[in-house]
Amino acid sequence: MSDKISILIVDDEDSVRDSLLNWFIEDGYDVAAAENAKKALQMLETRDFNIILADIKMPGMDGLELHRRIRALNRESIVIIMTAFASVETAVQALKDGAYDYVTKPFDPDDLSHLIRNAASQIALRNENEALKKRVTTLEEVDDLIGQSEAIRLVLEQVESVAQSNASVIITGESGTGKELVARAIHANSSRRYFPLVSVHCGALTESLLESELFGHEKGAFTGATFNRKGRFEMADGGTIFLDEIATISPKMQIELLRVLETKSFVRVGGNKEITSDFRVICATNRDLGSMVRSGTFREDLYYRLNVVNINIPPLRERVDDIPLLVSHFIRKYCTSMSRDMITIEPAALKQLEKFEFPGNVRELENMIERAIVIGNGREIKLKDLPMGREAPDTSVESLDELEKRHIEQILAKYNWNVSRSARALNVDRVTLYNKIRKYDLKHKE
Amino acid sequence: MEEKRIILLSCGQFDRAFLKKVALAAEAEYRHAVITEECHLDLNPFYNPARRQYDGDRLLRHIHLCTDTEHEKMIGLFRVDLYIPILTYIFGQAILGKSVAIASVFRLRNELYGLKQDDNLLLIRTIKEVIHELGHTFGLIHCHHQACVMHSSTYAEEIDLKSSTLCPACRSILADGQK
Repeated sequence: MSDKISILIVDDEDSVRDSLLNWFIEDGYDVAAAENAKKALQMLETRDFNIILADIKMPGMDGLELHRRIRALNRESIVIIMTAFASVETAVQALKDGAYDYVTKPFDPDDLSHLIRNAASQIALRNENEALKKRVTTLEEVDDLIGQSEAIRLVLEQVESVAQSNASVIITGESGTGKELVARAIHANSSRRYFPLVSVHCGALTESLLESELFGHEKGAFTGATFNRKGRFEMADGGTIFLDEIATISPKMQIELLRVLETKSFVRVGGNKEITSDFRVICATNRDLGSMVRSGTFREDLYYRLNVVNINIPPLRERVDDIPLLVSHFIRKYCTSMSRDMITIEPAALKQLEKFEFPGNVRELENMIERAIVIGNGREIKLKDLPMGREAPDTSVESLDELEKRHIEQILAKYNWNVSRSARALNVDRVTLYNKIRKYDLKHKE
Repeated sequence: MEEKRIILLSCGQFDRAFLKKVALAAEAEYRHAVITEECHLDLNPFYNPARRQYDGDRLLRHIHLCTDTEHEKMIGLFRVDLYIPILTYIFGQAILGKSVAIASVFRLRNELYGLKQDDNLLLIRTIKEVIHELGHTFGLIHCHHQACVMHSSTYAEEIDLKSSTLCPACRSILADGQK
């Protein structure tokens, strides 16, 4: 009937153990019995039980203490306390301690049957929930972290291997390579994924603002601090804090950060209460922290504390193979967000993209595609929709004189050789313009 | 190997016709000869005055001692209210896969629940209970099929919901066990 559910009966009375054993065996459960709490704990060292029925009054350790020990072992067993002496106090205590239920001996067979059936369905639900969570986890992907090149595969492998640990990670790479996406991928695949990922852009904040941002502040800590405010470390409790542009923080903040990383505790600005928070740190920088340490601008102890794992994201020019995939991804992304039909890209345009250096990396490519979709014909991205395909400024003019001659010619033509208006447009007097016309031998073509 | 027989032990002055019908039903279900025997067991030692009930565990053990476990299965049928220490009452009890079982008609009677006496319903409930407990002696556990006689019943009306026969799955387990 319920062959997957295991039950442990803990009672010092032989008759109770035997009766219940027999009852549950007939129901098809996997049943075991222990004559005291000590024996039960020994059995729990070697195997788990879904349901534990424990007598409250036993020589030595009682049922309530056994329940506390089971909880301390972090076992997920459902504990049902049995007693021959019904008292509200013990019932309340058992339930406060997290017992599933409390039953008075002797049980009504129907009540016992219902109790076990309900506990079994709760276990089934929990198992189903776990299974679904696992399925969701395996499907977890982070948008935009796209690529099949060897370089990006190596990054993804590193993300996968580091995600399940609690190690601090430094993500390095040029601007626009997707450092924050990698941080999101690590968080989304870690056991902290159901808790927040809090991002702080250290480079955008002054020292005092960053301090308040990270640690929070108490009301009245400084002018304008009219309310208590939680800091980012506090908000990241249970989750991950992502410190972008870590290389920009001041020496004072480096010391503060080191202390917080070591103790996982801090005090809000203007406060005196120690706050603890369980967070994982992921940092990102586009600078060479190693050389900053050597030059003395970044603390060595903080560097080693943060740099447990280093993931370097290659620039886009080193993974040209990923450009077609990224292009299709961004086309899909922006066509969807703009509610447009899916479009394609002409081969010539794609070829030009593959040749481009992309100093702004993936972010630059993304912006190009978004712009091309906006200005394009709605069917295909053409080379002319991309910055490298647009008409370049005429660079055939080599000397300044030549440039001046052409410009004056254009202005005179525009104003139909009206010298006064042309001179005003050129912001010179008429005499100067006449001199230039003579110098360059310009003639009015009728 | 000698065929096992089933003894239906009458421990409470039951009507012969009643016993016969129960025996025939059990015989039809298990394809073993079912013999009814009278037993004049003194129930006083099994009485618990505090609970005003009879100790099912001890009765079961007592019957076990009187059984030739090699060649027979025995089910004692009682009129008295049975209990086991942990439960307020039982309809019957068996030792899974062994040779003995007990059952009582006490809580199967309609009158106990303030209803009109119904001898036919009592017979049907008794047949179901006897076949159910004998099923345990053949190693069958409770079945999730509502109509199977091995479905667990904790109150009398629940017995009425199931049939008096084994479902195909339990019958198949029984056949495998008897090979």
